[in-house]
Amino acid sequence: METAKTKEILRIDNLDVSLVESGKTLIRDISFTLHAGETLCLVGESGSGKSLTSLAVMGLLDPGALRVSAGRILVEGIDVLAASAEELRQMRATRMSMVFQEPMTALNPTETVGAQVEEVLRVHGEGNAVTRRERVLKMFEAVHLPAPERIHASYPYQLSGGQRQRIVISMALILNPRLLIADEPTTALDVTTQRQILALIEEMQQKFGTAVLFITHDFGVVSDIADRIVVMNRGDLVETGTRDEILARPRQDYTRMLVSSVPSLVPPGRMPVTGAQILEVANLNKVYTQGSFLSGRRRVDALKPTGLTLATGEILGIVGESGSGKTTLARCLTRLIEPTGGAIRLGDTDISAMSQRQLRPYRRRFQVVFQDPFRSLNARLRVRDIVAEGMLNFGTPREEAYARVGDLLERVGLSVEMMDRYPHQFSGGQRQRICIARALALRPEVLIADESVSALDVSVQKQVLELLREICDETGVGIIFITHDLRVAARICDRVLVMQRGEVVESGSVDEVLTRPAQAYTRELIGAAPGRNWDFEHFRPFA
Amino acid sequence: MLGYIVRRLLSTIPVLGVVALIVFLLLHFAPGDPAAIMAGDSATPAQLAEIRQRLGLDKPVFVQFFYWLDQLRQGNFGTSLHSNKPVAEMIAARVGPTLSLAVTTMTFSILVAIPLGVYAAWARGRLSDRLVMTLAVLGFSTPVFVTGYMLIYLLSLKAGWFPVQGFASLASDPIRFARTITLPTLALSTVYIALIARISRSSVLEILGEDFIRTARAKGVPERSVFLRHALRNAAVPIITVIGSGAAFLIGGVVVAESVFNIPGLGRLVVESVLARDYPLIQSLILLLSVIYIGINLVIDLLYTLFDPRIRY
Repeated sequence: METAKTKEILRIDNLDVSLVESGKTLIRDISFTLHAGETLCLVGESGSGKSLTSLAVMGLLDPGALRVSAGRILVEGIDVLAASAEELRQMRATRMSMVFQEPMTALNPTETVGAQVEEVLRVHGEGNAVTRRERVLKMFEAVHLPAPERIHASYPYQLSGGQRQRIVISMALILNPRLLIADEPTTALDVTTQRQILALIEEMQQKFGTAVLFITHDFGVVSDIADRIVVMNRGDLVETGTRDEILARPRQDYTRMLVSSVPSLVPPGRMPVTGAQILEVANLNKVYTQGSFLSGRRRVDALKPTGLTLATGEILGIVGESGSGKTTLARCLTRLIEPTGGAIRLGDTDISAMSQRQLRPYRRRFQVVFQDPFRSLNARLRVRDIVAEGMLNFGTPREEAYARVGDLLERVGLSVEMMDRYPHQFSGGQRQRICIARALALRPEVLIADESVSALDVSVQKQVLELLREICDETGVGIIFITHDLRVAARICDRVLVMQRGEVVESGSVDEVLTRPAQAYTRELIGAAPGRNWDFEHFRPFA
Repeated sequence: MLGYIVRRLLSTIPVLGVVALIVFLLLHFAPGDPAAIMAGDSATPAQLAEIRQRLGLDKPVFVQFFYWLDQLRQGNFGTSLHSNKPVAEMIAARVGPTLSLAVTTMTFSILVAIPLGVYAAWARGRLSDRLVMTLAVLGFSTPVFVTGYMLIYLLSLKAGWFPVQGFASLASDPIRFARTITLPTLALSTVYIALIARISRSSVLEILGEDFIRTARAKGVPERSVFLRHALRNAAVPIITVIGSGAAFLIGGVVVAESVFNIPGLGRLVVESVLARDYPLIQSLILLLSVIYIGINLVIDLLYTLFDPRIRY
């Protein structure tokens, strides 16, 4: 059975990549091989060097900043590092090609996508204008793009993320290269789109016998597609093995830690929450009107009338894909945007129609932790002042506020000495802890976490989720936890609302919704969730 | 696209109206009495009143405004207080040289500056890049009259390749036109070449950091195409913006260049009319320049949509 897969497509021997100026090595002694028709997943957290490795193979390292300082890269037996610039150019797209993470920015915005795919053929001297166009249309059909003629004449901004990624894939595969490098190709996509793109890559791989080097941080995806896995950490190769060897019998501590941090789709089983109700939302909605007097008005229901309740000590998950209205709901709840109608009762008071001045004293009672810890902290303030600012605004004496900053930092797993540092001196996970400390400083009754762990590596994600759960159980703060990731919701939430196109399609306890979904859309989401068949924490597939 | 052009053209009408009103009021409230200037020092009050009546200055302001607009509509831009010639005629006689100079300057600047900027981006950090950028700073900080007199000294007086001053129209004498327009064009262009080259370089460099440039390289596009096809077109919007505002500010440089090279153009007419307080002439010149500004803005907006398909108003 393995005969078709024996041809070696990519061989990397003892690769080092280092910075040109300081000579510091960023990846060290990386060696692995990849065979025809095989999918090798290169896994690691941010800063592990997995993208650098792939760029080195393509010869796309920024020559001003990075260089390969040792080792050998063979693509179909040809030494990439010894090739001239022109030889390398000719190898790209014909022998090796690449699909990138961000389909939104990977295409030239000022040219039609048809012209951009045709360019691949043109720069490699394939055919004439007529045959090139035909080949591109055929390729669009092969990657299941609807109406290839129309797509051919479209600009990237007119296409969805999934469609753009299909364009990038056609570009990469139209010359039938033997090696496809996919660098987080589905990370920026919704789960259902991700499912389709992964299926497409697999289909193309079988059709053309392509060897796929798939770079990802998501073990869910890995468990679905990998034949073999290479685990990297901070520039070093940690472990190589078949999928089952790595996921079920990891030999290295780092791999064990990483795999066991991955949340599973099956909730851990929680007691029903019995706390008093602190928040009740009824018929909350947001309507945007677009257009002008001349073109006629268009109504967009960003959020259809939605209700929810939250009890003390409860974590309520709001899950949905992009455009489902979950962030609109969060922003309306916090009055960061004005809801069109509905009621938000915090205790006995309806805050939905208050003026900003009236609202101010209530702001203390609901706090937000945002998605991106790199941008949600003021870079010019010390941690002490970031965390204390809210308290000072609400009249806490300075001494007392600073003393509490120390306590809070300890509570979120940082230390008092870190008070005088600036945000850039912290890692992503630490910054998110600072954001949580800031939110807790005012002793809120409701905490809104909007994709608060999405930007974090899986091991850090696990720690932050545990921290949120502990704080919730300890202080009784109610948490509204917004996420696109069902697996994260499964791990932390008591109840979930599933949203689609601005409305709640299903709600209930997390067990109920994830194990016995009533709605087709929920089933679709669960079906598309990567890694749903694998129990990472216990290193085994679900029975 | 056509609908967009029509809408943009229609939207300039209220702008023009407001400009006309401002131009009118500006001069109405400016110090200095046109009747007194016309009448001279020895005029009697009766003569002054008579002149005022003849010019319509005794009527209410808004009547004067609409009368003025109505005259403009008929193509009557008034009569110069000084030369007693029709303003339209005086302006028409001066438009040719200025227009020639503006067109040669902008064309020359664009043709030199954009390749220079792209080259500097390509040679980023190397000696040639630093040389180009140093020259750009120098070109930007040298006033037009300094460059102008230097060029005259070196290329006309010393080398004798070009006439020192003067102007001939393209239609009447193409060879003399070329010989007389070269030095003013060079003098006026240095600032624009510096400006456009700098913005071209920085815009292209910014675009080179974008993901789709990496995609282009990954699909085996030659570096030359990466720069010219993928980077430059995406860098067009900021470059066009700078060229457009440069063209709009050209009139300031034109005034100086026309004086240095003794070219009978609009720039000098503007200065002369202001010094002479020739109100009808000033009004018409300001109005004309405003229309040109609005027209340049319109062209820039249309060019945006040509280079970037995402821009649609």
